[in-house]
Amino acid sequence: MKQNLVVIGAGMASGRMLENLLDAAPDAFNVTLFNGEPRGNYNRLMLSPVLSGEKTYAEIITHDDAWYAERGVNCRFGEHVTKIDRERKVVVGKNGEVPYDKLVIATGSAPFIIPVAGKELPGVVTYRDLEDTNAMIDVSIKPGANAVVIGGGLLGLEAAAGMQMRGAKVTVIHIAGHLMERQLDPAAGYLLQKALQDRGITIHCKGATKAILGKDRVEAVLLEDGTVYPADLVCMAVGIRPEIRIATDAHLEVGRGVVVNDQMQTSDPDIFALGECVEHNKQVFGLVAPLYDQAKVLAATLRAEPAAFRPVQTATKLKVTGCDLFSAGDFAEGPGREDIVLRDPARGQYKRLIIEGDKLIGAVMYGDTADGSWFFGLIKDGTDITDMRETLIFGPSFAGGAKADPMAAVAALPPEAEICGCNGVCKGKIVDAVLGGANTLDLVRAQTKASASCGTCTGLVEQVMAVTLGGDFVANANPPMCKCTDHTHEDVRRLIKAKGLKSIPAVMQELGWKTVGGCASCRPALNYYLLADWPLDYTDDRQSRFVNERNHGNIQKDGTYSVVPRMWGGVTTPAELRAIADAADKYAVPMVKVTGGQRIDLLGVKKEDLPAIWSDLNDAGMVSGHAYSKGLRTVKTCVGSEFCRFGTQDSTGLGIKLEKLLWGSWTPAKVKLAVSGCPRNCAEATCKDIGIVCVDSGYEISVAGAAGMDVKETEFLCKVATEAEVEEVVAAFVQLYRENSRYLHRIYKWVAKVGLEWCKEQIADLENRRALYDRFMLSQSVYQVDPWAELAADARKWAPMADLTLEAAE
Amino acid sequence: MNMMTENWIDIGALDDIPRQGARLVKTARGCVAVFRAADDHVFALDDRCPHKGGPLSEGIVHGHSVTCPLHSWVFDMNTGVAQGADVGQVGTYAARVDQGRVLLSTAVLDRSAA
Repeated sequence: MKQNLVVIGAGMASGRMLENLLDAAPDAFNVTLFNGEPRGNYNRLMLSPVLSGEKTYAEIITHDDAWYAERGVNCRFGEHVTKIDRERKVVVGKNGEVPYDKLVIATGSAPFIIPVAGKELPGVVTYRDLEDTNAMIDVSIKPGANAVVIGGGLLGLEAAAGMQMRGAKVTVIHIAGHLMERQLDPAAGYLLQKALQDRGITIHCKGATKAILGKDRVEAVLLEDGTVYPADLVCMAVGIRPEIRIATDAHLEVGRGVVVNDQMQTSDPDIFALGECVEHNKQVFGLVAPLYDQAKVLAATLRAEPAAFRPVQTATKLKVTGCDLFSAGDFAEGPGREDIVLRDPARGQYKRLIIEGDKLIGAVMYGDTADGSWFFGLIKDGTDITDMRETLIFGPSFAGGAKADPMAAVAALPPEAEICGCNGVCKGKIVDAVLGGANTLDLVRAQTKASASCGTCTGLVEQVMAVTLGGDFVANANPPMCKCTDHTHEDVRRLIKAKGLKSIPAVMQELGWKTVGGCASCRPALNYYLLADWPLDYTDDRQSRFVNERNHGNIQKDGTYSVVPRMWGGVTTPAELRAIADAADKYAVPMVKVTGGQRIDLLGVKKEDLPAIWSDLNDAGMVSGHAYSKGLRTVKTCVGSEFCRFGTQDSTGLGIKLEKLLWGSWTPAKVKLAVSGCPRNCAEATCKDIGIVCVDSGYEISVAGAAGMDVKETEFLCKVATEAEVEEVVAAFVQLYRENSRYLHRIYKWVAKVGLEWCKEQIADLENRRALYDRFMLSQSVYQVDPWAELAADARKWAPMADLTLEAAE
Repeated sequence: MNMMTENWIDIGALDDIPRQGARLVKTARGCVAVFRAADDHVFALDDRCPHKGGPLSEGIVHGHSVTCPLHSWVFDMNTGVAQGADVGQVGTYAARVDQGRVLLSTAVLDRSAA
């Protein structure tokens, strides 16, 4: 007597299970197969090639009508199951009941819909089945179509690439900092983003969807940050969850999925489940390999043969033509784990292996994934890799010798890449000179002028020479930025501009960083270089800043902070002084001290009190004095012509104007100014980074003074006649410093390196001076904001996240 | 404390801690810094550098290491051991993430005074 077997869901897992079962025991069961979709089993993994036009639906059908007919499967396609009646052992479909002896639930998963306004508008689709795919094709082939994909995971990117290949203009909105963050680390995510952008797809990371806009149909997507992307179609691909409603209604045991044991049996001994809808040992499954293993186990169980499901390691490959990436195993850092990183910027390749003890446990690869399956084998089999460790990353075909080349970044630069910014010398010109016989730095300088001005590109010029001359050239030893890289600060700055690098992962990848996430020395430097060079494109990374800049206060030795409100030009009012006194009382500030920069320091404020005290001072009209920043600190002034009988100009007024011009700007190291009203120099302007001394005929501007570890008098830069010219010269000079100095070098150290004469030329050239001023003002349009007002708004983040002081130990 | 029956306290959502940053948890015996690395691993360390008592929670997080903000000692957050030439160790406590929540071992409550 044949048993009745009912299967709910004709997906890839149940399809494979039926193949296994009916091949081994063709006459054991009467099979009824329900499917909500009006068709049988097809290879869902191949929907992406269908979307992109590389395959047709007919090519991806796994089981056609004939297959089901030959095996006597009673197909109920396009019919939803409404209920499982466990008492009577029947499955209730829309078109009638079917009795079962054994039942298999294979309902798969449902896409997660983010709960935003407009999610139900026509034109909003998910990416699960052929209907979704066809909807995306229909929109994409219309001329000028805009599509937005929400979700930069595996599925979302395949949808984006497919629609782009069909002709749509596609934008991907992703909530995390880099694409596919569950499978890729930031470096590989960056390479992937670059490849997708190169083919015309817009990628918006750290983007949270606020609403989907449209009247009768979707028209646009609005993000939390205010960005609006036009959209004729929105594809939500933010994740899936097991489809368990029918099992829940039948009172089967469910967790995140339908709970099954090693035999794929649910809490009802006659009901089984497999595929994306199950939960086994607290784990749910989304990739196809473990589902096929489940199919094998369930087919055996139904034939009453012993079998047990054991989940195995899985590997991920993105099915986007032209983007080769691969990840397998566990690639998080952890105790006792070591990384081997190989970056080949020239070929856009990245490989990272994660080793624990004597075993390979994870691999992430981008660019060249040919060795992926070999590495995957080593992970799965737990192979002892001790003997091949040294050369492991080069793969199975390693023939010896090849080592990562620190010059690769320079070697990969195109001939037109600018090496020397001062004299506009490109790589090709230097190579030509070297090939023409210029085999020393001096000869190259003489013939091309490269590195002949400010000299910061010397390291790069030497590398170009080394690449061109091969082993015959010995460069000057110039220490690298930190242990994470072989490049000097100067090289890194220049390459950021030459290669258009706009994020920390981009710099680390393209310049061959040797560590995974940098260190406390290079991260703040990179963050500064990027925000100084790309004020509009780069977003300041708070976590790459030293504590003082991150918390906008100087940390004291006991972990408290100092709070210093700005006093423009050192001028205050009774109202401001009252507000400061009130704040000092209210927050029990242990010390109130007058600083050397003509303002008042409140010392010893607790971190959790910072937002409140800032808010109080804000209310009294004061803003942060940036007394902690690598940026503009103070502009010290004397009283000048307004009160002083010797004063020649309004030094106080000019100081206030300069402070209002420069505040909020980030610089390589701190910047202090002073304006004295006459040559008696009461404001001590001649030992500042920039000092202005007023005289009867105008203003003498001098720079590069110091009064710290080194003491040094300023050097004369230029003399101008009007306050407006002072402002332009000072802003232009600060910008010159911002663009060219290495991080943490004060102005006097930087000027000693590039030479005062070079600085004078830059400022004397009026067109250049104006351009520097304009670039400074552009940066100020982004960065001249009061951090107190910005940060006090979310005070919650400044307090401890939990208080366990009242929790008793057991 | 019996390791076989480790108990956990839910201290908040993972997203309340910035990536490559930390938040504090107050206990009767001082503050514990709970770190979130770039790869979303979490670590709990005493918030006191053994050198001069610097708040490690304010350090720069790189990989699974943190650099003390006061004098740049670097600690491996897995073990609490100082790296390089510096010698010292900070207390560490088991921490993990479960469904977006950060869980801290109750061992944090009855640690001996630092």
